[in-house]
Amino acid sequence: MLILGIESAGAQVGCAVGGHEGVLASAHAGRGRRHAEALAPQIDFVRRQAGIELSEVGAVAVDVGPGLFTGLRVGIATAVALAQGLGVPMIPVPSLDLMAFPARWTTRLIVPALDARRGELFTALFRRVPGGIQRVRDANVCTPDELSAELEALDEPTLLLGDGVLRHADVFASLRGIEMAEQGLANPSARALVQLAHARAMREEFVQPWELEPIYLRQPDAQINWSTRAGGA
Amino acid sequence: MGDPSPGNTILGVETSCDETAIAVVERASVVRSSVVSSQVKQHAEFGGVVPEIAGRAHVRELVPVLAEALATAGIDNAIGPDGVDAVAATTGPGLVGSLLVGVSAAKALSLVWGVPFVSVNHLEAHLYASFLEEPDLELPLVVLLVSGGHTMLVLMEGHGRYRLLGSTLDDAAGEAYDKVARYLGLGYPGGPAIDALAVDGDPTAFDYPRALVQENPDTLPDDRRYAFSFSGLKTAVVNHVRNEPDAPTADVAASFQAAVVDALVTKARWAVEATGAVGACLGGGVAANSLLRDRFAGMCSEAGVRPFVPSRAMCTDNAAMVAAAGWWRLQSDGPSPLDVGADPNLALPLIN
Ligand SMILES: [Zn+2]
Repeated sequence: MLILGIESAGAQVGCAVGGHEGVLASAHAGRGRRHAEALAPQIDFVRRQAGIELSEVGAVAVDVGPGLFTGLRVGIATAVALAQGLGVPMIPVPSLDLMAFPARWTTRLIVPALDARRGELFTALFRRVPGGIQRVRDANVCTPDELSAELEALDEPTLLLGDGVLRHADVFASLRGIEMAEQGLANPSARALVQLAHARAMREEFVQPWELEPIYLRQPDAQINWSTRAGGA
Repeated sequence: MGDPSPGNTILGVETSCDETAIAVVERASVVRSSVVSSQVKQHAEFGGVVPEIAGRAHVRELVPVLAEALATAGIDNAIGPDGVDAVAATTGPGLVGSLLVGVSAAKALSLVWGVPFVSVNHLEAHLYASFLEEPDLELPLVVLLVSGGHTMLVLMEGHGRYRLLGSTLDDAAGEAYDKVARYLGLGYPGGPAIDALAVDGDPTAFDYPRALVQENPDTLPDDRRYAFSFSGLKTAVVNHVRNEPDAPTADVAASFQAAVVDALVTKARWAVEATGAVGACLGGGVAANSLLRDRFAGMCSEAGVRPFVPSRAMCTDNAAMVAAAGWWRLQSDGPSPLDVGADPNLALPLIN
């Protein structure tokens, strides 16, 4: 089964196509917050690079967050419309799983931290298991100091990765047994999305487009923005 | 419902504010389906549209609204000769987090179906709402567009050819309704609440100001003649109620509404008389207001031009008007590129 994956929870927007043969084609772009502009042309590009028609896609995988709300919704709205239009099911995968998966070579505790802005991080804890990764603590939103305290208490060899770690590197620098991954692993990966989704597709872990639930982790700010509202009719 | 002509079936998507709407329209004239899911109840407790709540609701409503719009239009397979020929979406103005949901979905559908994507200006869509219900409206036409975000008088000289005669200098009329209703404790949205209460009130009870309205329009500077201002009116009502807490709320509502409608209709009349327009029509959410509808139609007959007041469903945000405007834009400009984003401040394209 061919899977189209869409990822837009962080600073980058990405798309990949793959199946039994692995990832056939992928693209990532990360210049500014231009997810909506980049994504549709990127899908068309990746489809051509993979040498397929969209009608051959059997499932649409999507990063359901946590992540930056507006960018996340660009990916999710695109993915559900694709799935509904194609009449195929979806495979939702959380953003932090997509960050941890490419680090599955390490025996350390894997801790992805996505920059959640406002001085906070989206984080979860993972461990390597045969054939992949396993989440050992669910995603939450916390400050760098809170994560640092959690890791200090665990006191075990840890691999920290993500743009949130790079942004707040000073907070984690003095922790014992910490390794910080560099820029290359800082963002959720659309390639990892297709790889993880393929395994779930084999187990038929599908949802329908109308059942897909984004993971926000924060309540909406109930602030009326009159000046923003004045922009609409 | 006529036979759909090939090449003319447009699916419209509208998510600029707090309505998730998708419609299927033929040739900008036959509405095969128009589905609107309103979030107004979700925003009511906050007294206005909360952008993040709106964004989340659009994502939730997208698939059910799309499925219903296609099913009602009788489209089982959107690909093929009986399918959709183009997908149009509002790209602005509006709330950026809301706009992006509809724009992203529309572009995805255009990829899946292999059909053009068309970017539509929300204000232009409102101008086309009247044409959907009255396809033989003649031009030039004065359009009074009044909503929660906009208040403007536009001269429509031809399809895609607009002159902006004037717009609000501060609050939009719908915004003034919301703010006054909130002050009076009438809840949100303010327009229907004040409209309903005003029925039992005396519109002449209090003489609230009509800004920039006077006997002779020629004594106003050119850039103010068709301009509106509602912020002074809102302040006057608030100050009055503060000083006279026993003033009957129905009288306050009726007098406030009379002042808003007076200003709107007077300026529309000046515009009709000065431009030689052959018709005039209303658009935007505030055009659902009963007093404005009556007074506007009366003004047109007095001025001897053809009035058109769209149905309430066509005044408020919907996707049929987006599909109609999209069809015209497709004829004049062709498809839009897929790297178009959302522009919260997108302006109506004007001629000079
Ligand atoms: Zn509107």
